[in-house]
Amino acid sequence: MSKKLIDTSGLSCPQPVLLVKQAVEAGNKDLDIIVDTEVARENVGKYLKKAGLEYREEEDGRQYHLLTE
Amino acid sequence: MKQSRVIILTGVVIGLAGALLMWLGNPANMGLCLACFWRDVAGGIGLHRAGVVQNIRLEIVGFILGAFVIANLVKGEYKVQSGSSPFTRFFLGAAMMIGALVFLGCPWRMVLRLSGGDWTAISGLFGFIAGVYLATEFLKKGFSLGRASTERDTKGYLFPAVAVGLLLLRLINPEFIFLSESGPGSHFAPLWITLVVGLLIGGLAQRSRICSAGAIRDVILVRDFDLFKGMIAIIVFATGANIALGQFNPGFTGQAVAHTDYLWNFLGMFVVGITAIMLGGCPLRQTILAGEGNIDSVIAVFGMVFGAAISHNFGLAGSPDGVGFNGRAATIGLIIALLILAWVNITQNNKEIATRRREASSNV
Repeated sequence: MSKKLIDTSGLSCPQPVLLVKQAVEAGNKDLDIIVDTEVARENVGKYLKKAGLEYREEEDGRQYHLLTE
Repeated sequence: MKQSRVIILTGVVIGLAGALLMWLGNPANMGLCLACFWRDVAGGIGLHRAGVVQNIRLEIVGFILGAFVIANLVKGEYKVQSGSSPFTRFFLGAAMMIGALVFLGCPWRMVLRLSGGDWTAISGLFGFIAGVYLATEFLKKGFSLGRASTERDTKGYLFPAVAVGLLLLRLINPEFIFLSESGPGSHFAPLWITLVVGLLIGGLAQRSRICSAGAIRDVILVRDFDLFKGMIAIIVFATGANIALGQFNPGFTGQAVAHTDYLWNFLGMFVVGITAIMLGGCPLRQTILAGEGNIDSVIAVFGMVFGAAISHNFGLAGSPDGVGFNGRAATIGLIIALLILAWVNITQNNKEIATRRREASSNV
């Protein structure tokens, strides 16, 4: 199954975390999350850890993909 | 350093600075206040003519330049973004300022007032929490001001340049700027100290992302207490420093630059709570974001300056005598406007999402 893409680029706080939280709570654990600010990267990362999801980061120009596995 | 430690350190510095700047000459329980200081700046450049609240506060200049410098030194932090509902943000900034001036202070001054023993701020705290709670519900239901796009770095340099302009105006002190001769605007700590403290807090606030609205929102939304610890640190250290400096005067009456209209304290901060969550940050956070390249926050900050000007030109702001008819009418009007704005935004956003889903499924 392909990863569910969540593009949080350009969204202000706390929408990136909220979108990820809503996806996780709906049962989507295989995620490809685009973040484009350090704040979103930190906050989404912190939320994923709290939710018990492992993830890795891939740098992509001026944004990052957080990929859960 | 761990992020939660940076937040606590920032809280400690803000708490101590709040008490110390007051001791060194800033107005009572107003060591730091983003609403008051931007209001004073609006007066300082003559956008309103309330003679007792005009000054160009160098703490503000320090916040902006401190955030700008630190964001440029740390990889990935400085980023120029703009284009997320600019006029809505301007309006929300203005509303946030009008609400804060009905109460007489931004959320951090609210906390500093409590730390000085001003119990009249308690109803403001409840109003603020209620506003944050309500707007967090809006976010869960789909409220969003939309995406910003990334722009080239140089576009973010203009706002810090404006801050340098304010600094020069205050230092050169030409005859056309307005500086209060009496009242809160005439009370200020030595200029170089206000600038240095501002730079220090600006840098720390950039690193820690400290935010009064975020502190309560994160607890409600994701049970994350990191920012909340910053708020507690401010209360603990400001209270301790105020007691040590003999500035702790507990009571419900006779508090400086405060009033006892509890309902309007509550509703003023209710407006601040709602707007701060809609904007993604409190007045301090907007100022810091503006310094680190967020043009949408620059717009919100100028909305705050505009809100301060009409607050005083139209007699909306509270005073030690309380909140007059104009201020009450404006507060109620703003609450209604914010509810309509939220409702329209949420229904339109959800309609758009549904249309996109339909299109996506019909393309399969």
